[in-house]
Amino acid sequence: MIRLKLETPSLTLNHPVPHDISTISEDTCALETRNLNVYYGNFRAIRDISLKLPKRRITAFIGPSGCGKSTLLRTFNRMNDLIPGVRVEGEVIFGGYNIYTPGVDAVEVRRRIGMVFQKPNPFPKSIYENIAWGARINGYRGNMDELVEQTLRQAALWEEVKDKLHQSGLSLSGGQQQRLCIARAIAIKPEIILMDEPASALDPISTLKIEELMRQLAENYTIVVVTHNMQQAARISDYTAFLMMDEDRAGYLVEFGATAQIFTNPREKATEDYITGRFG
Amino acid sequence: MLRQTFEREMQRLQDELLILGSMVEQAIADAVDALKKRDLEQSRQLIANDRLINEKRFQIEAEVLTLIATQQPIAGDLRVLASTLEIAAELERMGDYAKGIANISLMLGEEPLIKPLIDIPRMAAKAREMLHRALDAFIRRDIEAASAIPAEDDEVDNLYNQVYRELITLIMANPRNIDQANHLLWVAHNLERTADRVTNICERTIFTVTGQMSEIGKEQSGYRLG
Repeated sequence: MIRLKLETPSLTLNHPVPHDISTISEDTCALETRNLNVYYGNFRAIRDISLKLPKRRITAFIGPSGCGKSTLLRTFNRMNDLIPGVRVEGEVIFGGYNIYTPGVDAVEVRRRIGMVFQKPNPFPKSIYENIAWGARINGYRGNMDELVEQTLRQAALWEEVKDKLHQSGLSLSGGQQQRLCIARAIAIKPEIILMDEPASALDPISTLKIEELMRQLAENYTIVVVTHNMQQAARISDYTAFLMMDEDRAGYLVEFGATAQIFTNPREKATEDYITGRFG
Repeated sequence: MLRQTFEREMQRLQDELLILGSMVEQAIADAVDALKKRDLEQSRQLIANDRLINEKRFQIEAEVLTLIATQQPIAGDLRVLASTLEIAAELERMGDYAKGIANISLMLGEEPLIKPLIDIPRMAAKAREMLHRALDAFIRRDIEAASAIPAEDDEVDNLYNQVYRELITLIMANPRNIDQANHLLWVAHNLERTADRVTNICERTIFTVTGQMSEIGKEQSGYRLG
């Protein structure tokens, strides 16, 4: 069994991440893909994507429907392993190894790279248990009440649920359920949180709450978010990757840069056309 | 709290605008001071430092455009950002006036002044003080103050007229004064324009708060947003 390297937290607190992504170093890179290709059977869904995700920043993936954003996101923690017929070529480097190397424990990868989905999916258990369960099976031996409170505070949910911790997680509103799912993800202290359309099922105010929460979490976690909502990508992310489909419908990376640059002065015409609504 | 990050960015931008404002205030004071003291080195320094004012203005402009592109500001936020762009441009032009005064100081070189500078430093002090209060009114969204400040421009205009008459008299008395008198008139003109631009800043404050775009003190109809 390969042991992935642990993050060295001292290196990453409030480091300035360069505006120019080509200068992201080993210390400031949370995860890197090299010539990544993903196939569903014979169909190539992702073509040759190489990128470095900056640590403790929010990176957004935008692009038209079907361009492979979610597929790409799922390769980062081997979620695609669960789909029959999926084949991954190229490398996803995390903790010093390609996570697709035989001998890497997919469970460890998924513990250190958490995920939040489009539709809030709390366990049909109490709010308390939604947080405690993951921590317990991961061997947490500290004070569970403290962990639950601290986690719910981090997820900006504590004030709303502190008096009903033993009610079902499903009794909460959609926006609260999604924050509970984020809390559940951070309770096991991942390094990266992948979010697939985390706010698309929510009303505008709940959406803004999730967005603000993401900004706060980015102080401690690397966040990667797939969103159809371009304005959301602009509002919350530090870096934006724009993906598109080629003639064979394989998704490829058109442009990756600081969000401020992508939305004020994209280098590629295709990016400009997409973000200004001239195609897509 | 929703949109804390955006609020923080807006606050930071406002701070940047105040920094630009104080750089310009300092430049106005120093330009006239160097002229009065005949300190050519200080004038040269001022000309070089104008670059910093320009850079600060561009930086503010870039940040405003980035916020518009990424944060979709609307209503009051949008008016603040539009006004910030305008005000930064006004401040940068005031910086150019100060630089212009420094250039004149260098042109005069070691030549002794044909008259002691009394009213010109007064103009500078008044314009500077108006600018300071105008920026303060913008930050506090104080439309009462913003509406009152432009009337004080009369004081600067009166000083300008006084300087003008005095210099014309000196020219008539001795044609050899023409060159320097002309230069000093330019200095006074720059300061008079500086005070005029303070009025523009006040108008932007009123726009920011009310959405009304009009020229203060003129009865012509303006334009109201929305």
